[in-house]
Amino acid sequence: MIQINCLLILSAIMMFAGIFGFLTRRSTLAILLSIELMLNAADINFAVFNRFLFSGQNNDGFFFTLFSIAITAAESAIAIAIMINIYRHLKDLSADKLDKMKW
Amino acid sequence: MENQFIFTLLILLLPLASFLFLGLAGHKLSHKAAGLVGTICLGIVAVLSYYTAIRYFGSPRVDGAFQPVVPINISWLPLGKLSFDMGILLDPISVVMLIVISTVSLMVHIYSFGYMHGERGFQRYYAFLSLFTMSMLGLVVATNIFQMYLFWELVGVSSYLLIGFFYTLKPAIAASKKAFIVTRFADMFFLIGILIYGFYTKTFSFDFTDAENARNIAGAAFILPTALFLMFLGGAGKSAMFPLHIWLPDAMEGPTPVSALIHAATMVVAGVYQVARLFPLWIQYAPETLHVVAWIGAFTAFYAAAVACAQSDIKRVLAFSTISQIAFMMVALGVCTEATTGHGHEGSLGYMASMFHLFTHAMFKATLFLCAGCLIHAVHSNEMSMMGGMRKYMPVTHWTFLIACLAISGIPPFSGFFSKDEILSASFAYSPVMGWVMTGIAAMTAFYMFRLYYGIFWGTENKEHHSAHTPHEGGWVMTFPLIFLTIFTLVAGFIPFGKLVSADGQAYDFLAHFDWKLGATSCLIALVSIALATYIYKGEKQPVADRLQAAMPRLHKWAYKRFYLDEVYQYVTHQIIFKHISKPLAWFDRHIIDGFFNFLAWGTHELGFEIRGFQSGSIQKYAFIFLLGAIVLIFIMIL
Repeated sequence: MIQINCLLILSAIMMFAGIFGFLTRRSTLAILLSIELMLNAADINFAVFNRFLFSGQNNDGFFFTLFSIAITAAESAIAIAIMINIYRHLKDLSADKLDKMKW
Repeated sequence: MENQFIFTLLILLLPLASFLFLGLAGHKLSHKAAGLVGTICLGIVAVLSYYTAIRYFGSPRVDGAFQPVVPINISWLPLGKLSFDMGILLDPISVVMLIVISTVSLMVHIYSFGYMHGERGFQRYYAFLSLFTMSMLGLVVATNIFQMYLFWELVGVSSYLLIGFFYTLKPAIAASKKAFIVTRFADMFFLIGILIYGFYTKTFSFDFTDAENARNIAGAAFILPTALFLMFLGGAGKSAMFPLHIWLPDAMEGPTPVSALIHAATMVVAGVYQVARLFPLWIQYAPETLHVVAWIGAFTAFYAAAVACAQSDIKRVLAFSTISQIAFMMVALGVCTEATTGHGHEGSLGYMASMFHLFTHAMFKATLFLCAGCLIHAVHSNEMSMMGGMRKYMPVTHWTFLIACLAISGIPPFSGFFSKDEILSASFAYSPVMGWVMTGIAAMTAFYMFRLYYGIFWGTENKEHHSAHTPHEGGWVMTFPLIFLTIFTLVAGFIPFGKLVSADGQAYDFLAHFDWKLGATSCLIALVSIALATYIYKGEKQPVADRLQAAMPRLHKWAYKRFYLDEVYQYVTHQIIFKHISKPLAWFDRHIIDGFFNFLAWGTHELGFEIRGFQSGSIQKYAFIFLLGAIVLIFIMIL
């Protein structure tokens, strides 16, 4: 039986990998991947807590995870659509070049 | 009764309409059209004023007195118990003032056609004249002290605008500023007086007989002398009482018809009118203070007469003579000791004398100023030395000037004799000292007026100046007002004034109480003064005058320099007030107060400049800061 600690550590590592990636990667695509990582870390938490704390009582955590995955998919689709548009206009996807919306 | 007089509203609205029309559209009109618009409006106003007077004095008396009529009174700004009203009040003194103002104003309008002919800003001039007339009429028909104050300020503004009419001339600008600042300074006391009065009596109304008002006023009796004296200080500023008279001689920089209208006949008597308006309060609650007013008036009269004896600018002489004569009116009000014309008569004679002198003085002083205008028009100078021997060139001016001089000197049968004589008998009734002082000043009046007369029309002719340009009369527009006002001067003395205006409204037959001995004395003294002036100043050469001047050079110089009062003011304002109060205050304002706010502005700006770096447009930096914020929040939550 895998301990709850191991699973939570896994999700924490994923979370911080995502944050780190989000803050440091240049490519917008990599940033999107980092967001996915963070969301998946949260999904793992939902599943783990449901499994270990409310086993046999209800399955809300699992359902919420499914719901979250669906939203993530939609969000990825929109994000990629935006990126394609940005690429068409600027011929570039580096996040540090996309600084037009400042003071 | 009330509705019969509703047309008096037109007396105020017509000049206002004329002012707005000429002020807004005047520059599109020709000079002639603009002048005609102003003059016709004023003509209608004059006709209405006369009609009002006939109707009012024709209405039946109640208990022997003319009742005040209030055709219209609108509550303009109600503030709890106090309310600022605007309205029209007709009673004997306001009706008399309507006649004075509209007559002199109409004559000045006509006269200005000739005098201001071809001047730049002719339309503007007429617009300002209309504004002034409207404000002055509003002042005299005010139903309450607050409305009076409002129009009082409007009169001050129009006076300022008209003194500074030749706005390219430096002295005119300086004079207009001086007039405005000095009178404004005095008006501050007026306002304080009004506020104290309103605070304690809960009313501004001039209706002192109303039961509730009378009760409130009686309840505030302890503060009334203070309030009334503060209001008098405002009046002293407008009426050029010592030591606030300094603006009036300088105001002569304005066009001469303006001097005739504003600075001789109407606006400068506003202070007298104000005291007369509040006379029931003065006499009942502050008689001692009223006598202080009388002594201030007496000193002013003496001072101004002494200065007038030494001036060489004809308009300055007339200005000081005006100060002196207005002071006579103040004295007349100040020497009153009782409110009723009952058995003693003399106690309240001053009230009537003052109003009578106001009326006659307005007419003959306006004549004198308009004559001076004709002379200045003819020789292009104000200096007496540029004139001399003018009687040959300007007969009409000469005769009207002579009659006005005789009137102001108090020679019967001209109007000045009657009014001045009443003032003298009122003064004698108060105290023989005051009576003799005023008689002495009356003698000085006769002396300096005839010095002026001989200096202008006789004496040495300035041939050099006249050879280049022979002086001549102006057209009929300039001589007609002279003659018209002179006719007034001739007949005004025979108006039974005491029957129309008196302290308690009861008819008072002056002739029945006429003191023949006093009349003969004052007349004799005036004749002696005139003879003295004739002896000294009539000849081609003036050996006596020269010798007198040589004998007392210092006195002459002091009088010529108006006893250095302007210099004293200059010293006090510049060396003491500006240097030791205003400058440190200005420094404090500029460095401490401005500095503080500049620091705030600078700090915000710098901080903003630093912070705006955060908004780089880079999404990752935003995310980083967001993360930091989240962590800080979490820490706060945990702790």
